[in-house]
Amino acid sequence: MENTLGLLENSGGGIGREVPSGGSTTGSMSTVDNLVFSSEVSSCYPDENNDSDELELGLGLSLGGGAAANKSLKPPSWARILTAKDLPCLVSKSSSSSSPTVPKASHKRIAADSVSPPNGASSSQVVGWPPVRAYRMNSLNQAKLSITEDFSSIVDKSENAVVNKDNNSCNKQGNDTIDKGLSKVSLFVKVNMDGTAIGRKVDLSAHNCYETLARTLEDMFCRSTRNANTRSNMQGHNLMVEAGGSSKLLVGSSEYVLTYEDKEGDWMLVGDVPWRMFVSSVKRLRIMRTSEANGLAPKIQERHGRQRARAI
Amino acid sequence: MDPVRKRTKDSFKSCDSTHLAPFPDEVLEKVLSLVKSHKDRSSVSLVCKDWYNADRWSRGKIFIGNCYSVSPEIVARRFPNIRSVTLKGKPRFSDFNLVPQNWGADIHSWLVVFARVYPFLEELRLKRMVVSDESLEFLANSFPGFKVLSLLSCDGFSTDGLKAIATHCKNLTELDIQENGIDDLGGGWLSCFPETFVSLEVLNFASLNSDVTFDALERLVNRCKTLRVLKVNKHISLDQLQKLLLRAPQLMEVGTGSFQQELVPRQFSELETAFKSCKNLHTISGLWEASSVYLPVIYPACVNLTYLNLSYATLQSDELSKLLPNCSNLRRLWVLDTVEDKGLEAVGSSCPLLEELRVFPADPFDQDMVHGVTESGFVAVSNGCRKLHYVLYFCRQMTNAAVATIVKNCPDFTHFRLCIMNPGQPDYLTSEPMDEAFGAVVKTCTKLQRLAVSGLLTDRTFEYIGKYAKNLETLSVAFAGSSDWGMQSVMEGCPRLRKLEIRDCPFGNAALLSGLDKYESMRSLWMSACNVTMNGCRLLAKNMPRLNVEVIKDDESDDNEADKVYVYRTVVGPRRDAPPFVLTL
Repeated sequence: MENTLGLLENSGGGIGREVPSGGSTTGSMSTVDNLVFSSEVSSCYPDENNDSDELELGLGLSLGGGAAANKSLKPPSWARILTAKDLPCLVSKSSSSSSPTVPKASHKRIAADSVSPPNGASSSQVVGWPPVRAYRMNSLNQAKLSITEDFSSIVDKSENAVVNKDNNSCNKQGNDTIDKGLSKVSLFVKVNMDGTAIGRKVDLSAHNCYETLARTLEDMFCRSTRNANTRSNMQGHNLMVEAGGSSKLLVGSSEYVLTYEDKEGDWMLVGDVPWRMFVSSVKRLRIMRTSEANGLAPKIQERHGRQRARAI
Repeated sequence: MDPVRKRTKDSFKSCDSTHLAPFPDEVLEKVLSLVKSHKDRSSVSLVCKDWYNADRWSRGKIFIGNCYSVSPEIVARRFPNIRSVTLKGKPRFSDFNLVPQNWGADIHSWLVVFARVYPFLEELRLKRMVVSDESLEFLANSFPGFKVLSLLSCDGFSTDGLKAIATHCKNLTELDIQENGIDDLGGGWLSCFPETFVSLEVLNFASLNSDVTFDALERLVNRCKTLRVLKVNKHISLDQLQKLLLRAPQLMEVGTGSFQQELVPRQFSELETAFKSCKNLHTISGLWEASSVYLPVIYPACVNLTYLNLSYATLQSDELSKLLPNCSNLRRLWVLDTVEDKGLEAVGSSCPLLEELRVFPADPFDQDMVHGVTESGFVAVSNGCRKLHYVLYFCRQMTNAAVATIVKNCPDFTHFRLCIMNPGQPDYLTSEPMDEAFGAVVKTCTKLQRLAVSGLLTDRTFEYIGKYAKNLETLSVAFAGSSDWGMQSVMEGCPRLRKLEIRDCPFGNAALLSGLDKYESMRSLWMSACNVTMNGCRLLAKNMPRLNVEVIKDDESDDNEADKVYVYRTVVGPRRDAPPFVLTL
C-alpha cells in the first residue's frame, strides 16, 4: 500500500497535470477525480462526510489524479441527499446504476432531516436547496463519473510533453482514424486476468487507441473484483494511473501488466506496436502478474525498475 | 362519434326578445370552440347563461391546476364532453423533497369517474400526481380512443404500468414520460407495442433508466411514419441513434442517447449525415456526456434549431463557443454552468433571437467551487439577446448593478428566476442586500408573470414587488425578508397573484392573515419553516371556509408551530384522502 501511495504522491508532481487553463476546470476535475476515488474506495469504509486528506486506494480512471487527488476528498454531491453514513456500501453502486430508488430513499431521509440554517449557512446543509429536481441531480452525478473518460481525452489533447510517444492521446489517434476512414466490424477477444477465474470479452473495434482499451479493462476487472472485496484484493488490483496519463496496464503497474497473444502464438506486451497493427494481430489478452511477465520483453524490466525507484 | 347532446328547453327560453339577435346554440358553440385558452373559456362562461351553456357543451379540454380544488364528480356534471384533461397535484416544493411521501394527489379516483362519464377521453396530462401501475392499467383498458399520456414529475408507477399502456392503447399518439420517480424494472415495456401499432407521434422515454430492446424500438420507429418527437434514454448509443434517425427523417424533435460512444470515422460521418437528413429538426436534447469530439455531428442540423437542451452535457466554455455560432436561430437554450461566463458570452454573441435561457448548476452543493457562472455571464447574454424574456439562472454571486443592467437590456421579462445558491448572500461587491436588484426587475419588467428571488433580501424587496409587480402571478421566496411586513406588502399589492410559495422566511401569523381577502383569488399558498403557528392557521381556516388550510408538522417541532402550511381554495371542502400527518384545520 505504501508503494502505491508513494507512487501517487510523487507522481502528483510528475503528473503535475494542471488542467488546461482555458477550460479552467480544476475545480470540477478534483471533484470528479475524488468522485472516482471515493466511489471506488469509500464504499467499504463507513466514511464520514468529511474531507479527508488521506490518499485512498482507488481504481483511478482519471488522469489529473496526482495534483487533484492531493486535494481533499469530497463525497459525491448526491451523497448530500443520501449521506454516506446511511449507505456506506451502496455509494458506488448507486452512482453507477442510478437506481431510481435513490430519490425515494432520500425523500424519507430528508423529510426527517429538515434543517433551517442560520444566516449564511452553506447551501449543502439545507433540505431542498438549491432547488434542483432529484432527477436532474442523479443524472448529473452519473455524468460526472463518466466525465473522467471524457476529460482525459480533452487533457490528452493539450498535453504533449508528458505523454508517452507510443501512446498517442486517444483523441489524436481518434482524429487520425477519423481522417483515414478506418472501419471495422466487431472484434471480440478474450481477456483473462491472473487470479481471476472468470474471463471476459472485449470488443476491440469499439476502441481506437490503447488508452480506452486499458480503461475498459480496468473497469471490467475492477468492478468484478470489487464485489468480492478484501483490502488486500484492492491493493493487488490497484491499477492506478501513472505519469504519462496512461493506464498502468500499459506502462506496467507494480502488480499487473497487460499482454496479448499474437497470431504466431507469442506473448507480447501491449502497447509496443501501433494500434492498428496490434488489432490485426491480437488473438487474446491477458492481464498478467508482473512477476510472470519477466521474460516477455526487456522493456518491462526497465520500466518496472523505474517504478520501483520512483516509489521509494 | 360525438356523444348525443341533450338540448334543454332552457336554452331556447333564454332567447327572448330582450336579447339582441340571439345566436342559435350551434353557432355560439362553434364560435366559442375557437376560444382555446382555458382562462378565456372561464371568462366566456361567466357572461350569461347562454354562454355558460355553450361553453359547457363545447368544452373539450379542461385544465385543473390543483386537483383538490374540485372533485371529479363536479367536473363530470358540468362538462359532459371532455376529451382532454390536464391535472396538477402536489405543491411545487415537493420536487425538492419538502413534501413527505403519501401526501396525496392520487389520480385513481379521477380515472374511475372519467371511465364512467368520458369513455371517449383521449388525453391525460399529469404533473406531480401519484399514478400507480393499477391506474395505468385501468386507464389503458377504459378508454378505447386514448391517444395522449403525458406524465411529468409524477411517481408511484413502474415500467409495468407502461407495459399496459403500450399493450392496450391501440390509438396512442403520444407517450411522454418525464422526470418521474418511478421504479424502472426494465425496458421490456417498449416491446409491448404490437406490430400493428403505427400511430405514435411523440415518444419520450429519456428519463427512464433501463435498456429497451433496440430492435423493437427500431421497428417501432420505422412503422410509425407520423413520429415527430423521439427522445430516447441514455442507453441508446450513437450508432443506434443513427439508425433511428435514418428511419425517421421527418422528426422535429430529437432527444439523443449517450453521446459518449467511440466512433470510427465511417460511423461519425454516417451520424452526421443522419442529422443532416432531418430537415424538420428544430429541437435537440439529451446529449448526455456530449463533448467536443462528437458534438460536431449535430452542426449541420443546428442552423434550424430553435430549442437546444444541453443541460445534461457538461460542456466547457470553448466547446459551447464552437457549437453556438452554428445555432443562430436559437430561441431556447438550456445549459449547465460548466460553460461559465465565457460560454455565456458566446450565447450573447451567437444567438440574437434567444428568448429563453436556463443555466443549471453542475455542482449545486459544492461549497468550494469557484466556478459556474457569475453576474457577468448573465449581463453578457442580456447584451446580445435583447429578446430574452424567460430566464432561470443558478449562480454563486450577483450584484444589484448587474441585475439593473440586465433588465435595462431586456425589459420584456415575463419569467425571472434567479437563484443565488448560498442562502441569504448579499451583493458581493457592495455587501448590500439584493433589494435593489429585484426592485429594478419589477419596476422595469412590467410584463413580469413569474418571479423567484434569492440572496440577502429585506422587506424592501417585497415592498417593491407589492407595489410594482402588477402582472405577477407566481412568486417563489426562500431565506428572505425581515418581518411580517414583507409578506404583507405582497399580499396587499400584486393584484394578479395566484401562486405564492415561501420557505424559511421570518413571516408569521400577521403576515399569513394579511392575505385573508386574497387567498380565494389565488390557487395556493405554501409556507414552510416560517413563523406561523397552529393558532394562526386555525384563525385563517375559521374565517375562510372555502379554503383548505393544511398543516404538516415535523416530528421535532413543538405543538404550536405550523411547520408546513398549504392553503388553497376549493369548492369541495377538506379532502378525504389526507394522510395522518396532514392536519386540515
